[in-house]
Parts: sequence; C-alpha cells; structure tokens
Amino acid sequence: MSQIALNTSSAIGSAAAADVDAPIRIAVRNLNFHYGDAIALKNVSLNFHDRQVTALIGPSGCGKSTLLRTFNRIYSLYPEQRADGEILLDGQNVLSPSVDVNELRARVGMVFQKPTPFPMSIYDNIAFGIRLYENLPKSELDGRVEEALKKAALWNEAKDKLRQSGMGLSGGQQQRLCIARTIAQNPEVILLDEPTSALDPISTGKIEELIEHLREEFTIVIVTHNMQQAARISQFTAFMYLGELVEFGPTNKMFMTPTKKQTQDYITGRFG
Amino acid sequence: MDIAQNISMATPKAWGRVRRSRYLADRALKIICALFTLIGAFVLGWILLMLIVEGISGFSPALFTQTTPGPGTQGGGIANALVGSLILTFLGIIVATPVGVLAGTYLAEYGKGSKLAELIRFLNDILLAAPSILIGLFVYTLMVQPMGSYSGWAGGVALAIIAVPVIVRTTEDMLRLVPGSLREAGAALGAPMSTVIMQVSWRAARAGMVTGVLLATARIAGETAPLLFTALNNNFWFKANLMGGVSNLPVMIYQFALAPYQNWRELAWAGALIITISILALSVVARLIVKKDHVR
Repeated sequence: MSQIALNTSSAIGSAAAADVDAPIRIAVRNLNFHYGDAIALKNVSLNFHDRQVTALIGPSGCGKSTLLRTFNRIYSLYPEQRADGEILLDGQNVLSPSVDVNELRARVGMVFQKPTPFPMSIYDNIAFGIRLYENLPKSELDGRVEEALKKAALWNEAKDKLRQSGMGLSGGQQQRLCIARTIAQNPEVILLDEPTSALDPISTGKIEELIEHLREEFTIVIVTHNMQQAARISQFTAFMYLGELVEFGPTNKMFMTPTKKQTQDYITGRFG
Repeated sequence: MDIAQNISMATPKAWGRVRRSRYLADRALKIICALFTLIGAFVLGWILLMLIVEGISGFSPALFTQTTPGPGTQGGGIANALVGSLILTFLGIIVATPVGVLAGTYLAEYGKGSKLAELIRFLNDILLAAPSILIGLFVYTLMVQPMGSYSGWAGGVALAIIAVPVIVRTTEDMLRLVPGSLREAGAALGAPMSTVIMQVSWRAARAGMVTGVLLATARIAGETAPLLFTALNNNFWFKANLMGGVSNLPVMIYQFALAPYQNWRELAWAGALIITISILALSVVARLIVKKDHVR
C-alpha cells in the first residue's frame, strides 16, 4: 500500500464522526454546469448536512470548485457560465432568477484559495461585509468586528493593529482575516475553496483547527486537493471525477471502505 | 590513497564551442545601447542646463509680483501668466478627472469584451494621439465663436480634452491590474458591483489612478497650441468671469521669446524654467506615489 494511503488512514477518525441524521442544509438536484460549450458538471445530485464539514475531492478539472461556485452563484459574474438544475437552500432554489444574488451571498459566504484581503484596514475589511446589510452604531459594529476576529482565532494577533492595513498580515493571518470577514455576516453556509493550498503547514494547522470549531455554528463545504486534510477535518466526503459525482458518504466510510473502484484508486494515490 | 589515481575520465567534450563572434555581438549591442541612452540623456541635460543658465538671471521678486510688461516698457514680471496657467490647468483637470476616471472605469469594469467598449477604447487612442492644435480649433468653433470672445472657460475645456484620454487610459490600465480574485471576494460578501468598484477596485488602484491624473496635469500645464485659439494671452490679470483672454505661461513664452525686447525674452526664459521645474516636480511626485504603493 502506498505511503499516501497509510498517512490518510492514520488521519481518519481525528475529526468528529459524521452525523448522518443531521438535517439537510443544501440539496443539489440534477445540476448541470456549462462553461460556454464545455460541460463541467453532469447531473450532480447530493445533500449537504447542517453543521457538518463536507469535503469535495477529486483530480484537477473534476468539477469540485465549479460545484462550490454554484452555491453562491459567484459564477454568474462571468456571462458565459451557466448552471441548470436545482440547489435548494432553506427550501428555495438559489439558481432561480427571483433569488436576490447579493442576499444569497450574505447567507452563503466564501473563502478563496489565495487570501484576498481588501486594501483597507483590518477593521474595515471586516466591517465591509457587515455595513452592506446592517446599519449599526459604532459601538455595536466594534463588538461585531471583535466577535468575528475572535471566532476566526485572529483577535490576539490583530487587536493592537485594527487600523493597520490588512495587506500587512502574513498569508495565514490574511486567510483567517478573510474567514473572519465571512463569518461577521452571520452566514448559514461557508464555502472554502482550497483555503490552505497557499499556506505553510503551521498556518494550515491553524485553519484546520478553526474549521473544526466553526462547524458547531456553520455548515461548511471545503474543496481540497489534500486527501489527508479531507480525512482530518470532514464528516462527509464527495468524490468527483470528470464532472460527475462518483461517490458520496461519511468520510470514515469513504476512506476505509469505498464502494467504487475509482474512489479506491484515487484515495490510495493510484491516479489523480 | 591519492584521489587522482584510479579514476577513469568520461570521454572529453571540447571546450570553447561558443564562438567568439557571439561575445563580440554581445559587447557591441551593450555599447550601442549605452551610447544612445547617453545621447538622449545628454540632450535632456543640455536643455535643462540651458534653461537654468538663461532662466535664473530673470528671477527676481518682481517676477512673481508684477504683470507682464507692455511693449517698450522696462522690467515687469509674469505673475498674471503664472496665476492664469494655474487657473486654466485647474479648470482642465477638474473637468477631465471625473470624465476620465468614470470612462476608464467603464472600460475596465463594465465593458469587458463588449463592442461598445472596444470602440470607445479605439477612439480614446485616436484622441490621445490627436494634434493638440486641432483640439484648440475644435473648441474655438465650439465655444469661442458662439460666445463671441476668447475665454478661460474655453481654454479649460481645450485642456480637459487633452487630459481626458490620458486619464482614461491610465485608469483602465490600473484597474486591469487589480486581481479578479479581489472583485470575486467583494461579490462573495454580497456587495453589488458598484460597491465593489468604489470600495475595492478604486482603492486597490488608487495610487496608479492618482499618478495618471498627476501626469495628465503635467501634460496640460505645458500645452500651448490648444490655448492659442481659446484662452489666448494678454498682459493683464484675468477678469473675474474669465471672459476675454486669460494670460498663461505657454502662450506668454511663445509670444515673448520671439519679441524684439530684451526684458520680454528674459521673462520668457524665466517662465520656461518655472514651467519645466513644475512639470518635473509633478512627475517626481507621481513616481514617488507609485513606488510607495509598491513597497506597501
């Protein structure tokens, strides 16, 4: 057995066990996605459980990031991209044109692969998202900023430099700032698109620890290239290949006894 | 044991395969490039030196307090031309900045890939290269003829038309350098596009955009041709309503430098030195702003 597989199995079980009875927060039904004429997702259907971490894994180009980018309709910034099918969030199909895309994005937050602090102070980075939807007095806004920074485990490092530029933080701190900015809006779902692939191992460890805490409050979907990471932090795992969902289930089961041979081959490092 | 013993060398390949002519070509190109750089720098240095030598003798308190002298009178200064130039440049940049920044923003943010944006970009490039005398004539027929008088307003508009394409271009270029991921991050927080543009894109491109405006200011501060048909020039202070000719440095230099009076020519030199130093200072400030932003 390969080294990767051994490492992966040693990581299994470090995350809390999957709660298969948790209610469903997002239900994807028959989702297709097109980049111009190219099809990127084919008839994908799966459920995301409330307050659980679901990892999307699969080789490059399998559609895992594309799937993530449909949940907050961020793809609609690009006119040539379109999705059809259903993504139900709280009983509402978010792909429907009647859904206000900005309200949707306040409910479904997103953190990107490369940290994206805005060119403004740490305080304003976090206040930016709050000010969009709430008109709070200064004292209350201060409280919300502090709360968000504490939840993102950045308060101790940032409390003395709230007025300094967010660009001055280290990569890992910047990424936690982006997480703080997202949770400050009190979303229901947090989408993480390879949030640690640009970070060093120590920063990665901090983010993973953070995700474990955030799960108590938010439904989390994370795209990752790192299978040990998926095994360490997720309760559910979805394996995708060539735009299709191959297998979905509790992470333990996916890594120990996958039912599909493709899944088995991928997680043991035989391809991908 | 001696390490040199008992070794078998691999079959040697000949050294010296790079032809000597390549080194020569390398040296030659380096020398030619350096030479032409020196020629350019030398000419620029010569102009500056001549300006300083000739211009500095005209410097006196009167230069900044007295108005330009009439024909046949002694002394005089260029106070009216200095103030007039400041007013015209200010007018031009005040009109051009919002137009240029908003048009550049349209091209970079809203008009991506649209035919209209392509057309505007093309026309803007033509305007950028348009002879400035044409712009002077255009404003002459547009404003001076209907209003029946030369005016500072017409001069300001002519300068604005010169500045707009410069600002459009730099604004668009600077906004294009803002990473798309920053815009996505703004949108992902539920911010409408206008908020993302004003609070994220503009902020990220701020230094470059300010630099563009400063460079456009430097450009129009020295423009002569567009003012010949619009603001003209005279030897008096501007009128409060800016109607009639408004004295300004470039046209003053043009007229005084060719005059048969010694004191006029001296004033022209002094004016040329002042205008050059101002433009140099603006360019240096613009560079410092860009540099500071890159360090951050």
